[in-house]
Amino acid sequence: MWTLVGYALLKFALFGLCFVMLLAAVLTWVERKQSALIQDRIGPARANIGPIRLFGLLHLAADGIKSFVKEDFVPDTPNPTIFKLAPLLGFTPALVMFAVIPFGPGDTLVISNVSFGMLFIFAISSLSVYSATLAGWASNSGWAMLGALRAAAQMISYEVSMGLSLIGVFMVYESVNLQQVIVGQGDYFFGFIPAWGIVTQPLAFVLFLTAGIAETKRAPFDMPEGESELVAGYFTEYSAMRFAMFPLSEFIGIVGVASVMAVLFLGGWQIPWIQGSGYFFTALQIGAFAAKVIFLCWVQLMLRWTLPRFRYDQLMDLGWKVLLPLSLANVALTAIVLVALHG
Amino acid sequence: MPATTKLVERTKVDLTLRTYLPGIWVGLEVTTRHFARNLSFLVTGRKHGKNPARDQLATIRYPEETRPYPSRYRGHHRLMRREDGQVRCVACFMCSTACPADCIYIEAAEHDDPGIEKAPVRFDIDHLVCVYCGMCEEACPCDAIRLDSGVHPAPRSERQNQRRGLIDLLELGGPSVARQGGKYA
Repeated sequence: MWTLVGYALLKFALFGLCFVMLLAAVLTWVERKQSALIQDRIGPARANIGPIRLFGLLHLAADGIKSFVKEDFVPDTPNPTIFKLAPLLGFTPALVMFAVIPFGPGDTLVISNVSFGMLFIFAISSLSVYSATLAGWASNSGWAMLGALRAAAQMISYEVSMGLSLIGVFMVYESVNLQQVIVGQGDYFFGFIPAWGIVTQPLAFVLFLTAGIAETKRAPFDMPEGESELVAGYFTEYSAMRFAMFPLSEFIGIVGVASVMAVLFLGGWQIPWIQGSGYFFTALQIGAFAAKVIFLCWVQLMLRWTLPRFRYDQLMDLGWKVLLPLSLANVALTAIVLVALHG
Repeated sequence: MPATTKLVERTKVDLTLRTYLPGIWVGLEVTTRHFARNLSFLVTGRKHGKNPARDQLATIRYPEETRPYPSRYRGHHRLMRREDGQVRCVACFMCSTACPADCIYIEAAEHDDPGIEKAPVRFDIDHLVCVYCGMCEEACPCDAIRLDSGVHPAPRSERQNQRRGLIDLLELGGPSVARQGGKYA
């Protein structure tokens, strides 16, 4: 029992802290640098220790130190406890969902190889809506309240199509256990096209990517934090590290969406066309998973700096009138094709 | 002349356009192109090619690099000196009279040299008010004020500090050998 817990903690330290948290932290820098390069600027480059600048990577340390030593201001609110708790409520689920994501082959290279893997992710990621709502509610501010309402409505709306868009994937690979979904993606069509989710379920890929970006509340779906109309939305009243928790959980959410997409649509740790075994090959497979996650994070940032924002009613239209019918159609279509193929 | 009408052909909004997917793809192409090109600039050193709008990043790292000024840029005023180092200005108020912005404040005083009637004890120019027109330079009868230092007035946190006094203005100035009254006349 305790060895099991020990192993789980060790795996969490390696995967959760050393990969996910590190990637999320680096993404805060990548986002600034990437947006700068897209817009023909240089981006953060000033933070330095003597002559060492590392392309502005030291801004991470500067931001971290700043967040920790700034005044932690709590506004005049009747709910200071909820106000202080809300950032944690968003941070924890974002991190906990990595418990079931397999980062390598076999039972050992996943923190917890449970049979209901993807359902667990859906259940946990739904919890983060509480963070936004309670943060806005407890802030005792009009902007925060409106931002929280928008965030809640948006996250609940897109959760529906987010879940439905993946049902096709589970029908094809006949499991919600992520490890089995990945193993199922090891086959080939016509001997050379890997049977990845993006090949078998291209529509679901687009739908899930859209819903996933909406779930992380980033542009073009960043209605909850409209600069011009809502200041910073539901975390307007936050400061110091409590404020930094919101962007940080947002970036962990990006890594989360990228991980789920890598697992379900890009074959997880599978390396196509190469057979192998042994520790070295396993390390290579973990590397392949990491590369896919990083690539999908890059794609999400790229989309964020390419697309203009929606209007709020357009956002709701897209969620309920386009994504939901399309994901239902995808389920029906998948069912018909599966019956036609396998009888 | 009859009015000419130009018929604008409207883009037909079909289903592929309405999914936004082709548009998103084109947009991603543009941003990715910029990203890849600028990344190569960043990795290999910044300056590439002659056309700055196309071939290099737009950022100018201000305190270390400055935008090149046009050759006719005037910059800070400077007060010139006599050959013995004294200020050439005789506090005649021609410049402050000519000044359209009324930014020159002069206080005149007697000069020790009987050949020189007056000299300024205060000569302040408010750089927040100055329009850098050069009228003071043209009005000056003894080549005492020039508007050609090319020095950019630096930003300061205090409004008062934008008024530059006699000493500062003299520091920028050099000797002028134009004929003038006094000991050396």
